[in-house]
Amino acid sequence: MSDHDDRLAELTRAQRRLALGLTAAMMAVYFGFILLVAFDKPLLGRLLRPGLSLGTLLGVLVIVAAWVLIWVYVRWANRHYDPAVRALRGGPR
Amino acid sequence: MPAGLGTPQPVAIGFFFVFIAITLGITWWAARRTRTAEHFYAAGRTVTAFQNGLALAGDYMSAASFLGIAGLVATSGFDGLIYSIGFLVGWPIVMFLIAEPLRNLGKYTFADVVAYRLSGVPVRMAAALGTLAVVSFYLIAQMVGAGNLIKLLFGLPYETAVALVGVVMLAYVLFGGMLATTWVQIVKAVLLLAGATMLAGLVLWRFHGNPMGLFDAASARYGAAVLAPGQLVSNPLDAVSLGLALMFGTAGLPHILMRFYTVPDARTARISVSWGTAFIGFFYLLTFVLGFGAMVLVGREAIQSIDKGGNMAAPLLAAVLGGTGFLGFICAVAFATILAVVAGLTLSGAAALSHDLWVNVVRHGEAPEKEQLRVARGATVLLALLSIVLGIAFKGQNVAYMVGLAFAIAASANFPALVLSVFWRPFTTRGAQASMIVGTLSALVLIFLSPTVQVQILHHAHAPFPLSNPGLVTIPLSFLTGIAVSLARPDAKARDAFPGLQRRLHLGGD
Repeated sequence: MSDHDDRLAELTRAQRRLALGLTAAMMAVYFGFILLVAFDKPLLGRLLRPGLSLGTLLGVLVIVAAWVLIWVYVRWANRHYDPAVRALRGGPR
Repeated sequence: MPAGLGTPQPVAIGFFFVFIAITLGITWWAARRTRTAEHFYAAGRTVTAFQNGLALAGDYMSAASFLGIAGLVATSGFDGLIYSIGFLVGWPIVMFLIAEPLRNLGKYTFADVVAYRLSGVPVRMAAALGTLAVVSFYLIAQMVGAGNLIKLLFGLPYETAVALVGVVMLAYVLFGGMLATTWVQIVKAVLLLAGATMLAGLVLWRFHGNPMGLFDAASARYGAAVLAPGQLVSNPLDAVSLGLALMFGTAGLPHILMRFYTVPDARTARISVSWGTAFIGFFYLLTFVLGFGAMVLVGREAIQSIDKGGNMAAPLLAAVLGGTGFLGFICAVAFATILAVVAGLTLSGAAALSHDLWVNVVRHGEAPEKEQLRVARGATVLLALLSIVLGIAFKGQNVAYMVGLAFAIAASANFPALVLSVFWRPFTTRGAQASMIVGTLSALVLIFLSPTVQVQILHHAHAPFPLSNPGLVTIPLSFLTGIAVSLARPDAKARDAFPGLQRRLHLGGD
């Protein structure tokens, strides 16, 4: 095992951990919403203020959560992943 | 019929011809640059992140999204929003698991990735089966939608409208390949986003810029139930099954996956997904306003008197808010939307037929450039004819249902094999083959046995399978089949090739 291989293995692990973790987070948010739709309709119909039901608010928040998770991944990739890939590509092949 | 729907409208036809003229101009320009298979399938890999983001949005925001969801929200309130949200949440999955591996490991189709460390021939045959099943169902949905829409908007007969879409789309793909298809998507995405934003802006103007005022007006007129989940997803398991199919289907749609080959590298692919998700999320937020706007300002009764499915909600809203001119513009945008999506679908189907089946299975990867291009164009003509025939044969089918099925097949046939081949070392050729075939066939069979086909279409009293969307059963089944077959007969060669795949996945090609 060269140092190059070690660093690639470490990068692979870090990328996989984040990618699978964020996938799990998105699934939790979305299926949390779907399960509420499926099993607790009255709760989602509750009005927080005139015109705004909890269901509508949570629906908007699911879309916002998708944006936020993508932003987290892109920020990590730009700051850590891309420089590491560049360094590894430049190293011994 | 209000606002002249169903009769030829000069303004709509005028806008429509301007769009056709511009896109054929683009096709002429792109045709002169399309000389190799790499140009035909992947636009020479020169598309930027922002352009690809718009093109992804263009491929994804189909007529089902614009007309269908606005109509669903207008007629059933909150329940329509469940679709808006479900169609968006697949994109983070594409970002985290699919986009970068696809760009670094593949060439033209998603089967390239699955075949990377496995035996190409069996994997590609199974992948082509899945791709063609998804593309066929998706094409039926778009063509049937196009026929109905054009009949209503322009007063053309259904069959003429379907043939017209087929012929114009064929011109884009046949001569301009991926470069023309990409730019048609970009033009269409800009038009659709601009049209929907203007429409939503005009709605909110009436409510002093406050969406809650709009929602409140809707519940004042039709009862507070329109802001709560209701009848549309009455069976809880159906809701979860549809949710699974929507979430993982996006990451298995061949025409979406193919877009990641048009950019120069994995970083650009990643950034293009964030642009795409930004546009698509914004668009689906607009559908909240468009749907409730149509409910309040046009009225449910008026919408359903034109089309029982509510598909004309957005055009009717445009007529109420902006008169015939704006209606014409929105109609032309809706037609452009269908044309562009059909072009993208046809190109991805042609890639499966020519790149996967002809070049890699029949010719074992040894076909001259000229032959590859000739076969790809032949496959395009074949698929264009098929789409016209399917569109006419399936006249009268429910559009949103067909799209939901295409997503379920994509999620069961393509997504599990793609993820396992990239993330799971023990995956084997037989495992991939079994996963894709079982995923495709089980989805097709359970769709046939579902209440929608058995009760609503065939008018039987009961259906053998209780769910209208098969995703809850077929997605886990496809994963488990792939895993079980791989563990039963391990393949040392595929296992040993895994580190090489990981290196290429992260570091890219040379």
